[in-house]
Order: sequence, then C-alpha cells, then structure tokens
Amino acid sequence: MKYIEEFRDPDLAAGLAHAIRATADPARTYRYMEFCGGHTHAIARYGVEDLLPDNIKMIHGPGCPVCVLPVARVDTAVALATQNDVILCTYADLLRVPGSRYDSLLKAKARGADIRMVYSVTDALNIAADNPDRQVVFFAIGFETTTPPTAVALKLAQARGLKNFTVHCNHVLTPAAMRAILGGHENGQAEKVVLDGFVGPAHVSAVIGTEPYHEFTRDYRKPVVIAGFEPLDVMQSVLQLVRQTNEGRAEVENEYTRAVTPQGNQKAIALMDEVFALRDSFEWRGLGVVPHSALKIRPHLAEFDAENRFAIQVQPGVENKACACGEILRGEKTPTQCKIFGNPCTPENPLGACMVSSEGACAAHWTYGRFRAQGHEAAQ
Amino acid sequence: MSHRKLEGSRPLDLVRGQVDLSHGAGGRAMAQLIQDLFIDSFSNDLLNREHDAAMFSLPLGRVVMSTDTFVVSPIFFPGGDIGSLAVHGTVNDLSMGGGVPKYLTAGFILEEGFPLSDLARVVKSMAQAARDAGVSIVSGDTKVVEKGHGDGIFINTAGVGVVPDGVEICGDRARPGDVVLVSGTLGDHGVAVMSKRENLSFTTEILSDSQSLNDLVAAMLAGVPGIRVLRDPTRGGLAATLNEIAHQSGVGVALNEAAIPIRREVKSACELLGLDPLYVANEGKLIAICAPADAEHLLAIMRGHPKGRDSAIIGTVLKDDRCFVHMKTGLGGTRMVDWMAGEQLPRIC
Repeated sequence: MKYIEEFRDPDLAAGLAHAIRATADPARTYRYMEFCGGHTHAIARYGVEDLLPDNIKMIHGPGCPVCVLPVARVDTAVALATQNDVILCTYADLLRVPGSRYDSLLKAKARGADIRMVYSVTDALNIAADNPDRQVVFFAIGFETTTPPTAVALKLAQARGLKNFTVHCNHVLTPAAMRAILGGHENGQAEKVVLDGFVGPAHVSAVIGTEPYHEFTRDYRKPVVIAGFEPLDVMQSVLQLVRQTNEGRAEVENEYTRAVTPQGNQKAIALMDEVFALRDSFEWRGLGVVPHSALKIRPHLAEFDAENRFAIQVQPGVENKACACGEILRGEKTPTQCKIFGNPCTPENPLGACMVSSEGACAAHWTYGRFRAQGHEAAQ
Repeated sequence: MSHRKLEGSRPLDLVRGQVDLSHGAGGRAMAQLIQDLFIDSFSNDLLNREHDAAMFSLPLGRVVMSTDTFVVSPIFFPGGDIGSLAVHGTVNDLSMGGGVPKYLTAGFILEEGFPLSDLARVVKSMAQAARDAGVSIVSGDTKVVEKGHGDGIFINTAGVGVVPDGVEICGDRARPGDVVLVSGTLGDHGVAVMSKRENLSFTTEILSDSQSLNDLVAAMLAGVPGIRVLRDPTRGGLAATLNEIAHQSGVGVALNEAAIPIRREVKSACELLGLDPLYVANEGKLIAICAPADAEHLLAIMRGHPKGRDSAIIGTVLKDDRCFVHMKTGLGGTRMVDWMAGEQLPRIC
C-alpha cells in the first residue's frame, strides 16, 4: 500500500480542498469531465464531491470500456458463446452488460454456454492450450490500456501455432471519443454540454503519452490535466484545471508524472501498431458511430481474428428506450435525470450499461452517492 | 472405541483409498466408514449409541437452532479447511442469537473418487473444532454422488443451543444512537481463500480468521447482557451485514472508515484484485450493536478476550427511514456502503 495511501491522505485532501475553494471564482460555474471510469469510481468511492465547492461540477465521461460497448457487440458475444465448441473468455465486468431483449453473457452462461471470466488474456491463451479440441475466443474490450496485452497474446498465439485461439477485437481509442464529445455538432448531435476541460486518463496516458491531447487544447481550447486514479490525483488535477480556466489557458498538463511521460510507452505503441489497424468507424453506446475510433486485427494475423473464423450475423442491437445511457455518457444528463435510474434500473438489474460496471456513472452514483438528496428523490 | 469391528471388513485405506458409491449405499462399506472415521473421530456418548437420531434433554427456556451448508473451494485454505469452517459457521450462527451452542449434526455429500485421506483430514479437523468450541456432533449422514455431480465434498451442519434468560438479541433491535463495534480485522477469510483459487494464486501471509466465537460472546454477554444485536459478517462482509441490520431495525448506520480495522496485507490484496474489503467474507468476526452507555465497557471486554484483541468502535446507528448505511471516508468525504450487487467483480482498468 506504500505509494497508494499517500494519495488518499485526509490532511492533504483538506489542504487541496481549501486551495480549490480559494482559487475557484464563486461567481461562475466550472464544468469538467473526468473521462475515465477509474476517476468516476475514485470520486464516488472516496466522496471527493463533498470536498469540492458546489460550483465545480464533475461530469462523468465515457471512459468505461463495458459502458460504451454497443448492444450489437454484446449480442455478438452471446452468439459466439453459444456456438457448439466455443469457450468464450472475457473480463468479468462484461458478463452482466445487457444486450438485446434483456439477454447477457451471464444469462447465456446459465443456459449452458461455456463462458470463463479471466483476469488477463494470458489465462485465455492457457485455456486454449489446455483444450485443443475446443475453440477459445477471447472477447477483447477496453481502451489503450488493455490493448497492448491483447497484441502480445495475438503474437504469442501465432508463435505457438495455436489453431484454436481467436480474438474478437473491440478495442477502442480514447482521443477519438473525446473528439466525438467535443465535436457533437459534426455528428449531427446538438451540443448541449459546455465543458471547461478534461481530467485526462491515467492508465491510457501511461501508454499513449501526453502528445495526443494537444489537439484538444489547440483545436478546441479545452485544458486537459492528466491525472492518476487516486482521490488526491483527481483533486490536484481539478485545482490545475481551475487555474487554467481562471487564467484563460488551455494546455495539456500532466499531474500523473509518476506514470505518464510525453512520449508514452513507445514499445506498447509500436506493438499496437504492428498488430492492429484503424477501423473506418465503430459504434459506441451513447456516442453513435464514431469515425476512426477503434482497432481491428491486421491481415497478417487474420487467422486469429474471430470475425474471420466465425460467421456471426447479428441483428442491429435493441437498446432499452427509456435508458438515458447515451445522454449520460455524453455528459448531457446526470444519472438521476434518467427516468429509470433506481427503478427499475439498478446494479442488480441493469437495463443500461452505465449501471453495470462500478466505473459506470449510474452504478457509481447508485452505489456510493444516492444518499444525497438528489439520488434519494430518484430512488423513490 | 466401544463398537465392535465389522466382521470380514478390511481396514479403511486412509492413505490411498477413495470414496466410491458403496460408501453411501447402506452396506458394509458405509457402515465401516461411519464407524472407523466418523464415530471414531467425533466420539461422544450420544453419537456412539448409533441411533438414527440423537436423544437428549435441554434445560428449560429458549432454544436456538440453525443450519448452514459449506461448499468452499478450495477445501483446504490458509488457516482452515471446510471441516473446521463447517463447525465454526454453525456455532457462530447459534452464538449470534445469544445462544450457548450444545449439539451439532453433520451431513456429508461426497463425490465418487474423493480421496479418503482428504476426508479423514477434514473429519479430524471438524472433530478438533467441535472439541475447541465445546460442542458435540451427535448425528450425521453420508451421501455419495457420481463423479462429476459434486465438487469433492460438501458439508451441512445444523445445531441447537440454549439462550440464557435475560438475553434478547435480534437484528431488529438497533436504535438511533446505538454504537456499532467489530471484533477484529475484516476480510481475512475471503482473501485467504481467494489467494488459493487456481486462476488467482498470489502469495500472501494472510490466514483465514475461521474460528468459533461462542466463548467471546459468552464473555461479552456476561459483562453487557443488554447487547442488542450480534451478527457475524460472513458472505457479503461488513457491508451486507450492516445493510441487513439497518433494514431489520428500520434505521441507518454511519461508519467511520478510519476506525475500521483492516490488515495492510488484506488492503493490498483487495487493491490488486479490485475488491472492497468491506464486502469480503469473514468467518471469525462479529458485529455488535449496543446502547451508547455500554459501548466503552463492551469494547474493553472484547479487547480483553483473545478473539477480540483488535476490536473497535466503527460507527453509530442513526434515524433514517431509507435504512442507508453510509461512511465518512478516510479522505474526508462521504459515501454509501451499499448492498453488494452480484458477486464482487474485479475492475479491468
């Protein structure tokens, strides 16, 4: 816990809270989006909101990998898992994500599908080696953080000549999503949210570095402060954002210097480039079809691409009509403004993806924050 | 042992032998297993009569009764095993009603092929745990299922105990202003078991806290007979237990995170696995709720007992119709401590 508890210290938190209060202009409102679910979770779990003044609003962004996976992709996972000889391996968060018609991988598992929760893609490789007569599919999700390990697995599968291992690739890109949020007009969406800046991703930035965020300060004039996932990281980054806003600056600042460098992890970047190519477009839950926002497996590894090996036809996904996940992921609505928040949509019975992962905006507010008056009203 | 050796039977091979279907079929093999292992290990006057049911008298007054089934995987874990756990679990359930545990029954569901050496180890561990807790295992049952229809061994225990006069302990008795205490560090059992799961194995020194709490409860009730609520935070951890009590009593609970005892190693393991220690299972800890005037005295009694050395006051009961459990975080903010949704799943990034 060394180097972790230091970033949860109550005295330092009180000092930062004081500094933020002293710096923030009481005559205006500050609206910052924390992009990552990891930040959303830290804010909710440690009660960071209570330490910020009322005129600083944290808007929960779409950086939760399971939350942005569109219904059709969940349906594809279910369809893959129900193939006769398939073992579908995936990260545990995905199991409860609702697909069409209230279905999910967890329900498919209960119906008899062989679905395994894995902690890392290496486990999936081992399962493939142990079950040579079965087809093992790793359903890969996540941002730039989980992409390099998938790349390693694909290369290992090739080197080992595994004939029964494929990856269903759903890896997505952070800067593209930020662009989609800021460029709502271009996507034909009315821009309802005015953001004053971003708390930038922690782990993603450890991979991609700080360089990719300069377009947001340059083209959109939005400050970005890259922050770690501990509560003091978040508070420090808010202080830096408030300073930038007050001074009219829009710069990329790096609060998370203990892990993030300007160039990022060059090895990981090169590996991703070697294994994956940009998709022309990809559907995101909440953001719609976003150009150049996701990765596909390059042709030289096509034999390990589940999209090649299995002919899966799925109908367009059916989202629950009352669910406001889309607006919430774009920052247009808060969880409590969704009609079904708390009734009937809860973590036990998630109708929308934001209620599934503890990093989802709705689940975080329901689990940690609903004692606050607003949450209480919504829960009635 | 008083019983006679079965005619024509060879000794149980407790080194290389395996459970087979005959051990549950009602024939000589089953009789031998019962005599040579179960009765030999659990030996007491009531069991040794070999009736289908044990017959005994209880003192006048209220009786507590409880049952629990144990399916833990792996069956041997740091600090305990499924056998001792099966005794501790039911002894503790009886104790949490304020009862003095007296007698247990033990039902075994064994899978064909289960090593007799493991069975013997489990049974001896149960016998030791029962002796330590001062209870007798007075009746039992054995079933064998075909290979693939079980997971080695499942154990059910049921138990009865006697509640002393004047003791009124129930989950619906918490009142606003009451004080919440815990008898020691949280999350030890869950982390110890998880550390041995095949897809998770990590190195830790953490031992399960599996232990019987009837002696601690007896000491607590001797000093503070007016304890209102006792509950052992097993599955779902502290969070589930306090939410249950809050709902049963129609109150809220306010916790102070900084006061909740959690071992550094448990915190680290939970950090690594993306788990929250407040939701991790315990098998040898209790939550006590008492009137504010009794709190310091009760805390002193608990800390004076070897099974309560790390006891702490961790929160207070509030008036709250919504029955919310919330917590002042170590950072200085506030958050809910909600029921757990589904199982505790690790976060992926």
